[in-house]
Amino acid sequence: MRQYLARRFFASLFTMFGITILVFAAIRLVPGDQITAQLGTEAGMLSDEQRAAMERYYGLDRPPVEQYFTWLGGVFQGNLGYSIRQGREVLPLILDRFPVTIELSILAILIALLIGIPIGILSALRRNTWIDLVGRVFSMLGLSVPNFLLGTLIIYVLSVYFGILPNSGNYVDLFQDPVLNLQQLIFPAITMGFSFASSVMRMTRSAMLEVLNEGYVRTARAKGLTERAVILRHALRNSLIPVVTLIGVEFGYLLGGAFITEQIFSLPGIGRLAINAITQREYALVQGVALLIVINFILINFIVDMVYGWIDPRISYDS
Amino acid sequence: MFTKKLFALAILILVLSLGGAALAQDGGNTLILARAVDATGLDPHTQTAFSSLRLLELIYEPLVTLDSDLSLQPGLATAWAFSEDGMTLTMNLREGVKFHDGSDFTAEDVIASFNRLLAEETASAARTNYLSIVSMDAPDDYTVVFNLNTADVPLLAAMASFNAAILSADVIANEDPALVTVGTGPFKLDSWTPEETTLLSANADWWGEGPFVDGIEIRIIPDETSILAALRAGTVDFALLNDPLVATLLIDDQSVVLHRVPSLSYNVLQLRAAIEPLDKLEVRQAISCAVNRQEIVDSAALGEGRIVGPLTMASFALPTDELFCYEQDVERARELMAAAGMSEGFTLPVMLANAEPPVAASIAQVIASQLAEINITVEIEALEFSVYVDRWLVGDFTAAVALNGGRTDPYTMYSRYWQVDARFQPTAGYLDDTLDSLMKAGQVETDFEARYQIFADFQRHLAETSPWVWLYAPYGYTAHLPSVSGWEPSANDSLYYLYNVSINR
Repeated sequence: MRQYLARRFFASLFTMFGITILVFAAIRLVPGDQITAQLGTEAGMLSDEQRAAMERYYGLDRPPVEQYFTWLGGVFQGNLGYSIRQGREVLPLILDRFPVTIELSILAILIALLIGIPIGILSALRRNTWIDLVGRVFSMLGLSVPNFLLGTLIIYVLSVYFGILPNSGNYVDLFQDPVLNLQQLIFPAITMGFSFASSVMRMTRSAMLEVLNEGYVRTARAKGLTERAVILRHALRNSLIPVVTLIGVEFGYLLGGAFITEQIFSLPGIGRLAINAITQREYALVQGVALLIVINFILINFIVDMVYGWIDPRISYDS
Repeated sequence: MFTKKLFALAILILVLSLGGAALAQDGGNTLILARAVDATGLDPHTQTAFSSLRLLELIYEPLVTLDSDLSLQPGLATAWAFSEDGMTLTMNLREGVKFHDGSDFTAEDVIASFNRLLAEETASAARTNYLSIVSMDAPDDYTVVFNLNTADVPLLAAMASFNAAILSADVIANEDPALVTVGTGPFKLDSWTPEETTLLSANADWWGEGPFVDGIEIRIIPDETSILAALRAGTVDFALLNDPLVATLLIDDQSVVLHRVPSLSYNVLQLRAAIEPLDKLEVRQAISCAVNRQEIVDSAALGEGRIVGPLTMASFALPTDELFCYEQDVERARELMAAAGMSEGFTLPVMLANAEPPVAASIAQVIASQLAEINITVEIEALEFSVYVDRWLVGDFTAAVALNGGRTDPYTMYSRYWQVDARFQPTAGYLDDTLDSLMKAGQVETDFEARYQIFADFQRHLAETSPWVWLYAPYGYTAHLPSVSGWEPSANDSLYYLYNVSINR
């Protein structure tokens, strides 16, 4: 186990290092810099001296390799750089926004599981009946309706027919006002959870169908267990492995920021931070957010691997 | 068991979420304003984005301001006069004005502010508008004399820009104005959380009448449809909108008051006459004749725009029927193409910025269908805004759909394009002696009638030589709940007059 952990750790470090270089290069290869992002076409009105003064101010006058190593050196000391636009250090800025995205992601996953797993089980148990058909239609809908459409529709219906709109640029956090916080997050979470629920439903359905034909399910039934115990204790647990993988991957994506949903519902999460950082060419902020997303993915994949062992004790990482 | 608990938790969350219906806004006497784009910074001397100016004009003030008809009004200066030869400009300053930090406003602050604006290291893109100032004197605390190196009539209009806002000399000397926001304006900045919320409180010591609200809370809602929804749900009082496709949804809405004002900015098809075959006068004229401007406004912008010539300000704009080929004339366009030996047509690459303005792609598509009539095949290149700006600045394009900002003075509006050594000459892509000499004459002429004639000739000449094809001026939109009163929108989209607004919930 220890050997496995060490291997994973070094592989992760290597991945992180590679991705920081990739992001660093990519954002600089995109035309435009902080000066044109700030000034737009007015950047052309600057004299050469004025432009040089601004490049010094933004640290753009130094060679890119030097910029990268200065940044990397900072990272090892917990300093991800400084956002001039926001007038703050990158790390606290990201940490401020992260809880919004975490909460939103957890809610979205919960909603997806609550909808997806029961429908998936029902669909599998009542295969080729009208229940299965409804379930499959639901999953097709979820996969084909894009987030921006669903989000906009929800906002439209809420504001026009109910005269309410909890999200109007006044986000409050969970500890300030839990009720308003939930009101603000539930609709974006439904928006995000809906399409994921479809994937969960499909995955649960196909895994259940497979497991229901296994010998141990037949044995369980033969032992005289109730159908309920057979399904929940024996079949479901074993069909959850692919679902857990799915949750892991999806959670990683969600934590990387729900760019569109956060934008439509004006939630100050990581996704919106990243969009603004990219359009404003805030290099340090883009790099910081990318680093966070990579760390998330690595951690979540690791946790998922550990959870496999818990769900299915036959899986072991000891060599 | 676990599933049951989870289910119960979910139900609880749903009930909590939907239960509290008391969601309508009650901001007390604070105006809640929503807009899609936030300021990019707080230093009035260096900010150029409209989104920044919309915030800074609530906090800072220039020496002179513009009313809703764009005529000059006293601001921090109460009176002004050019000398006979136009080489000095004397301004009398308002007495009893205090900065937000409590210090007095005097001539020293004016001189420090203009010195900062003119210094190269400040990197102010607006600096070129004030280069005629060689020195400043303060005979007393409330008089400033600007000594100029040439008669510069447009200087006064340039001083009405919030880029020429007056900062405290003390802040300039000891602080960074990008971080320390001390103005004289009707509102004080309490906090700015970029891309989220800006809190302003009323300046009780302001010299004018007002403000009539306790403060303003500016919320950034990145999606304009969501702004519309917030307004309809009553969770915001006041909204700034850009997209005509969104704003027009409010036209018949009784629960919201919509204002629309033709703006000074203009949509234009920029041609680069330096590139073949656009170097042929007849080809450019043919494009101008083949374009149907009204159709562009109707199809791309749902009729939301005013067809304009090169000058958009009411005081100088010529009626468009006095300009070359402003009515579509496809026959004439074909003849012109034939005269240029281009009857077979050619391919014209047209670049545009995605969503800047929101209707850019639609404009390009309508133009493409119109130019197809004279065998010109338009190839549309849609670019991300920064990429577009980079290429626009160096003139790396054949044609471009652009939304360019307007100014209240014709010289200030076009001196960057149509003069020898103008900074945007590569972008403009065309110059002739007539344009250059008309611009030079327009800068120094002090008599309004004579100046009007100069710029009338200037507009006719531009339309006739068609280096660009001017299309229409979009509308600027503001919308508010009926409980908000006293708002008067201005053609330069300024929010300065929010000090007049009151709320009756």
